[in-house]
Amino acid sequence: MAGTLLEVDGLTKRFGGFTALHRVSLSVRAGERFGLIGPNGSGKTTLINCVSGVLAADGGRILFEGRDITTLAAHRRTRLGIVRSFQIPKPFSSMTVRENLGIPLEYAAHARSQAGDADAEAAEILRTIGLEAKAHLRPAELTQIEMRKLELARAMAARPTLLISDEAMAGLSSVEVDDILALLFRLNEQGITIVMIEHIMRAVMRFSERVVVLDAGERIAEGTPAEIVRNPAVEKAYLGE
Amino acid sequence: MARPARALLVGLAVVGAGIVVAALRVNQYVYFAGYVVLQYVVIATAWNILGGYAGYVNFGTPAFFALGAYTAVFLIQSTRAPLPVLILAGGLVSALLGLGIGYLTLRLRGVFFSIATLALSIVLQTMIINWEYVGGSRGLSVIRPSGPPFGSYVTFLFTVMVLLSVVAVTVARFIERSWIGRGLAALRDNEEAAECMGVPTLRLKLFATTVSGFLLGVAGAPFPYYVTFVEPNSAFNLDYAVNALAMPMIGGTTNWLGPVIGAMLLGTAQQLATVTISSEMNLFIVGVVLVAFVVLAPEGILGLVRRLRGR
Repeated sequence: MAGTLLEVDGLTKRFGGFTALHRVSLSVRAGERFGLIGPNGSGKTTLINCVSGVLAADGGRILFEGRDITTLAAHRRTRLGIVRSFQIPKPFSSMTVRENLGIPLEYAAHARSQAGDADAEAAEILRTIGLEAKAHLRPAELTQIEMRKLELARAMAARPTLLISDEAMAGLSSVEVDDILALLFRLNEQGITIVMIEHIMRAVMRFSERVVVLDAGERIAEGTPAEIVRNPAVEKAYLGE
Repeated sequence: MARPARALLVGLAVVGAGIVVAALRVNQYVYFAGYVVLQYVVIATAWNILGGYAGYVNFGTPAFFALGAYTAVFLIQSTRAPLPVLILAGGLVSALLGLGIGYLTLRLRGVFFSIATLALSIVLQTMIINWEYVGGSRGLSVIRPSGPPFGSYVTFLFTVMVLLSVVAVTVARFIERSWIGRGLAALRDNEEAAECMGVPTLRLKLFATTVSGFLLGVAGAPFPYYVTFVEPNSAFNLDYAVNALAMPMIGGTTNWLGPVIGAMLLGTAQQLATVTISSEMNLFIVGVVLVAFVVLAPEGILGLVRRLRGR
């Protein structure tokens, strides 16, 4: 398939006797805005943990740019361009905002291409994301939304080809949601493929070109947002019969 | 280019000063006590590479120290190898143990890692107790080589420890300021996030445990010649575990200078207490000071200075 950036093929993940993911397949095209939704406990975060390499899959394959990355260590995947943000922000708390960006710049972005001017790049990312005034603060001094922005800024500093945003908007006000959404649209315009995992339907439906729905570890639907909202299986998963 | 050159110059100056002090041939006690203080500079600095930079608290310092010491005992017994060989071998064997506990970090984090390292120390001590060749539980007398420089072997060992301190501190400082140190700080703050930001966390942890182990072994290797009688209870003394942790905590763990300050202050205080009050005062002092620092200045003396100078 031409233009496929990420291909997940029959992915299975078990925790003891519990099957968190059962033969899930999906493919994300280059440049796409891709939404991943599903009720609580449906396996969304497990799926991206497997894709980012935090968890090892028990079955199936993961291909990125045509290359099998199923057994690759997480930091190697980041260097290839698969970068994720965390649902609960995990900043480097002993470092300033600027230094937080320094880690992915040094270890991911510049490990891949030739060393650039890290200071200029960090400043540019902070300007894009609207954190330049906070560059010398520590994460503990940031507000909730600033923390989310730091999470995204740090992911951007790794120079992703594929950005996986895990509930970047949970707990934010609707103005703040719009703020983050606008940011993700801008990143997508720059050519970054984005996979969005989100509970806020308004956001994910507006953002995504294509949506895959997980329920109880299985893929139950795929389509455009308009198709998904009319899908009876999705309705059943969310609301019951 | 200018900065590393200056660091090298400072290092050489310290070694030079150590030799001058040795050549002065003052009261033997000065070298005797100075050796212990400097030994703690090496131990605290080595511990801090893993405990301070990477955030993995190692309670097994006695295991690494004693392994260095017993490697030396073994080589003295079998080949009468010269001191530099003893130091290098002691370091390498402890480095290997360090690499081993590095793999432990795959499964054990936080307090569980610390407990495992404590257990390691006990297991190793039991093994040594049952190994007759290196003295077993009775211990073993070691005869120092004759004709040392500066007229006395303790004075000579003092200068050796000055050199080892400079080496240890230089290594720690280099790690702290390099990309390795920044990666270690990231994984100390959040290991999962560090890995996902491209930091090869396992490789860096293995590096830290190995280097830390090497330097702890190096600190222990001259020990047999210093005490001339090695037995498991003194080589595996819990004091090493407590001091290795307390000294960096008191000085400050995020900077190479922290363990040096902590070791100098606490080490000297302990030596003074040993002669003026009683040898049992050692750990009492450490305990009181450590509690005070954990409560009042959790970032150590360096943190305290920074706070007073800053806001």
